[in-house]
Amino acid sequence: MIDLEPLLLSFEVAALATCLASVCGVAIAALLSMPRVWGRELIDAAITAPMVLPPTVLGYYVLVLLGRESAIGHWFEALTGAPIVFTRGGAVVAATIGALPLISKAARAALEAVDPRLVGAARTLGASTLRAFLTVSLPLSRRGIVAGVMLGFARALGDFGITLMVAGNIPGQTRTASLAIYDAVLSGRDENATQLSLIMTALAMGVLIGVGYLTRQRQDGF
Amino acid sequence: MASEGSRSSRLTARLGLARGHVEQRFTLDVALDFGPGLSVLFGPSGSGKTTILSAIAGLLRPASGKVTLASETLFDAQRGIDLAPDRRRVALVFQSLALFPHLDALGNVAYGVPGKSNKSERSERANAWLERMRVAHLARRYPSSFSGGEAQRVALARALASEPRALLLDEPFSALDQALVSELSAELAAHVDSLSLPVVLVTHDRNLARELGREVTLLRAGRVQQVGPAKQVLA
Repeated sequence: MIDLEPLLLSFEVAALATCLASVCGVAIAALLSMPRVWGRELIDAAITAPMVLPPTVLGYYVLVLLGRESAIGHWFEALTGAPIVFTRGGAVVAATIGALPLISKAARAALEAVDPRLVGAARTLGASTLRAFLTVSLPLSRRGIVAGVMLGFARALGDFGITLMVAGNIPGQTRTASLAIYDAVLSGRDENATQLSLIMTALAMGVLIGVGYLTRQRQDGF
Repeated sequence: MASEGSRSSRLTARLGLARGHVEQRFTLDVALDFGPGLSVLFGPSGSGKTTILSAIAGLLRPASGKVTLASETLFDAQRGIDLAPDRRRVALVFQSLALFPHLDALGNVAYGVPGKSNKSERSERANAWLERMRVAHLARRYPSSFSGGEAQRVALARALASEPRALLLDEPFSALDQALVSELSAELAAHVDSLSLPVVLVTHDRNLARELGREVTLLRAGRVQQVGPAKQVLA
């Protein structure tokens, strides 16, 4: 019988992480797609870094930033009574960092592809910057953004390295599907590893097919 | 009183800006003054017409100059005044028309209806504008299905529904065939004369400028070359 707990945990963590990364990613992309933003390539590089940096490096930064000895970690623990790191919250933070560059990259590309004249038209018709963004830029780039969110979800679902560094490998708490596969291989439970691996692969393929479908349709009308 | 009325709805713009580098340098240096009714800004492509409209609408910030509309200052480089486009109440119809592809005709026109009126009231007013532009039958259709003339009418309805204090039209008929241009331009001229606001029509079409027969400002390489009646300027 297959142990569903790690899978369900993965889904829970990935869902929360995707929500967080979507809000942050789209907000950052909106900022970066505006002209005259100081240091935008620097911000973009910082957001993109998780795609190329070793997970250990990222995990280490999170531990330094949010660990129990850090200012934020201290404050959080005083407020909620529990630390961020080595809890489910830590797993969510780890997955969020993994998902963020995929979402912000896709959202930035989609937002920058919106005809600036449409935004200009909205502004001359009396729309504030925010209203023009919410009613013109955002709906017109929704396919690209949704594609990025789906990729981000798939990435969050499969995070291993950052999660291990930041949240450890606690059964029922932070042992997500990818960590459970690692455990299964180490302890010789090959059947378990195969099952989980196949399920993860099927999920990833499903997401990628969905993303391909969305991006192909992008040129069509509404 | 009549003269005071016409003075109060004048649009004036002194604009200066420089772009590009040595070989392809473009400098704009113009002083424009448009009264109520339709005026034509005529010039070849690259003479700075679109740049001027963008600067008046607030979508582009010139390096120097001043823009005033009905005794209100929209832009003043010296005094650091630069009103956001949404606070200028200057409607701009782009050459591409820039209809929102994700909204139907009614949604497009209702977008700019001012005030905090409720949704049904806004649609009602948007519908009235579609009717006035004789495209009420398009209300529930999307821009991708419009013909050139239909799109033109919806774009104009959208601009006017925002109750602007000035209307700027950038090559409004460039995508249409000649017969339709004559029909629409005559309609437009009749329409804007009934409103007492400055309407600036930008074109590089000599025939259209002549046909409209209004005051023409001739623009060349970023400078005003001549201002006068169409017959005289485009002789």
